[in-house]
Amino acid sequence: MNTTTRIWPRLAAFAAAAIVIQLSLSAAGKVYYLTQLTMAVYYAIVVMGLSLLMGYAGQVSLGQGAFFAIGGYTSAFLTTHNMAGYRGAVWFDLLDKCGVIVSRKNLYDDTLVLTVAPWLAFIMAILLTVVIAAVIGYPSLRLRGHYLAMATLGFGLIIHCILIGSPALGAADGITGVPGLSVGGLAVSGKSAVRVQNYYIAWAVAIAVLVLLRNLVESRMGRALRAIHDSEAAASAMGVNTPKLKLEVFMVSAALAAMAGSLLTHYNEGIGPSESSAFKSVRYLALVAAGGMANLEGALVVSTLLVFLSLRGWFGTYDNAVFGIILIAIVALAPQGPFRQLGLWMNRYRSLYKPGKEARGGAS
Amino acid sequence: MVQALQYFFSGVTVGSVYAIVAIGFNIIYSATGVLNFAQGEFVMLGGMVAITLASFLPVPVAVAVAVAIVTLFGCGLELVFFRRLRSHSVLHMIIITIGLSIVIQELALHVWDEKVRSLPYFTGNEASSVKLVGAALSPQVIWVLGTAGVVVVLLQLFYKRTLYGRAMRACSSNPEAAMLVGINTGNMRTAAFGLSAGLGALAGCVISPISMTHYEMGPGLAIKGFAAGILGGLGNPMAAVAGGLIVGLIEAFSVSVIPSAFKDVAAFAILLAMLFLRPHGLFGRPSGVSVREV
Repeated sequence: MNTTTRIWPRLAAFAAAAIVIQLSLSAAGKVYYLTQLTMAVYYAIVVMGLSLLMGYAGQVSLGQGAFFAIGGYTSAFLTTHNMAGYRGAVWFDLLDKCGVIVSRKNLYDDTLVLTVAPWLAFIMAILLTVVIAAVIGYPSLRLRGHYLAMATLGFGLIIHCILIGSPALGAADGITGVPGLSVGGLAVSGKSAVRVQNYYIAWAVAIAVLVLLRNLVESRMGRALRAIHDSEAAASAMGVNTPKLKLEVFMVSAALAAMAGSLLTHYNEGIGPSESSAFKSVRYLALVAAGGMANLEGALVVSTLLVFLSLRGWFGTYDNAVFGIILIAIVALAPQGPFRQLGLWMNRYRSLYKPGKEARGGAS
Repeated sequence: MVQALQYFFSGVTVGSVYAIVAIGFNIIYSATGVLNFAQGEFVMLGGMVAITLASFLPVPVAVAVAVAIVTLFGCGLELVFFRRLRSHSVLHMIIITIGLSIVIQELALHVWDEKVRSLPYFTGNEASSVKLVGAALSPQVIWVLGTAGVVVVLLQLFYKRTLYGRAMRACSSNPEAAMLVGINTGNMRTAAFGLSAGLGALAGCVISPISMTHYEMGPGLAIKGFAAGILGGLGNPMAAVAGGLIVGLIEAFSVSVIPSAFKDVAAFAILLAMLFLRPHGLFGRPSGVSVREV
């Protein structure tokens, strides 16, 4: 009860931090940092979704990169594939009458380009991903930990092979020239004129996702998830429909990955097959671990920071190695997440200097 | 007909490598309960170390030293990470091996580079070929098949005939009972990691002249080896051989049906299909401890 009321000060802190960062970067004349920050916030949405699945429900997925790519590629394909050739077909005219077809002029030869409206493509991207997640998740989630990780890794590799091997999806180059996604005057687009606006859009989406997931884990469903994490047998004995619940959470995390993928594709004006690589999926895993597994706020803060540093090129050629080392270090040294471990160490340190208290008391 | 035979031999060749990787999975899995995602990295390391050594040593010595080095490396991984973390959950073990896989790859990228390398052919060169019932084979294929065969036979003898091998089997079937009869289960786990790493390294050496060695080859090999292991049923090395050959053959023949860019899709699709339909393998039967959770 009190945890739900305590969320608002934290949200206010997030919003304040976002504003302070934007103002100080603008004052320092480094507005271009906002571009990478915006991208990092979108990636953080994927990480929050995976945190729900991994931290709360205890299921490992190495397929988040694939879901991200499916979302992004669906949006990119639908908003760039020229359907002018289908004019006259019944289904196309029907779509056109519904107002979901947009037209623009090709920049090079002035030909007419007819594509699906970006907002509809966005919705279809999420729906398609959720359906795929259901099809993959239904059998995979019946498997134990090891097997589930392998099954989702295999699924991710299949998607990666298909994206790289399909000329219709741009093969190794991916899809470029994706238009912005505009809804009611707000546009998700990489144009530098709307950079500040996009920075706030990304934060607004991320905070909305945080509130949603927060409410979810504080609910009856969230308690059931934690029960599954601790013991599936006990949870199902208590009447939790474990397969159904795990599948639902899997679908939610896939939908969030697809949403982030679609938004980031509009923001970057394109997407490439590297988004679906196994490295990307492992990176999301590392970020969830670094954020403290079952810690949504931690996931948001830590992954925004680390992805931002990675996008700025701080880790140089050791980019992937840094995330691998984070994974190993966190799990080996601080399996409950860095913040809790830090707290434990501080308690132990403090209790050493407090007379009358058992020195080992804080170490438990 | 000749073409089918050619496909057949290429399938059997890659299949026998998958089989060795699958056996490696099996050894570690049955001794420690950890599914080692870094299994493919042992193969890559074996090839890489042997290639470096071969620049100033004769090839057989280079291969032997490389296998020894990677074996020690495998033992070292167990001592540093898995022995300390035995109390951790399965989730944590998976995550650690995934992290190790990434870190080893990145280390290999920085120690060597992103170039594709290969060992020289053990006998003959890339142009020489052996005629076998109408199909032209590189002599290296004979080396790969021979090595795989010898490994399987020796491993079987080790498990069935030697005291050490029996102790290792005892550890996997019942660790507590093994401990009670005086087997040092911790050391057995270390040995299992070493054995598995050494086998992987050997496979990496013999396959290197044909399929090249590259720092990124690990995960693909690991997942195909895992597919082979699952196909046969985890915990059964002989079935892993059959599984490996089946995956290799399907992959080789799939090239004649689907574009070769999608070749890997076939192997991964088998893995998914097996996991979903028969997670206990083609030859295994559903045991008391199910791989399904519900």
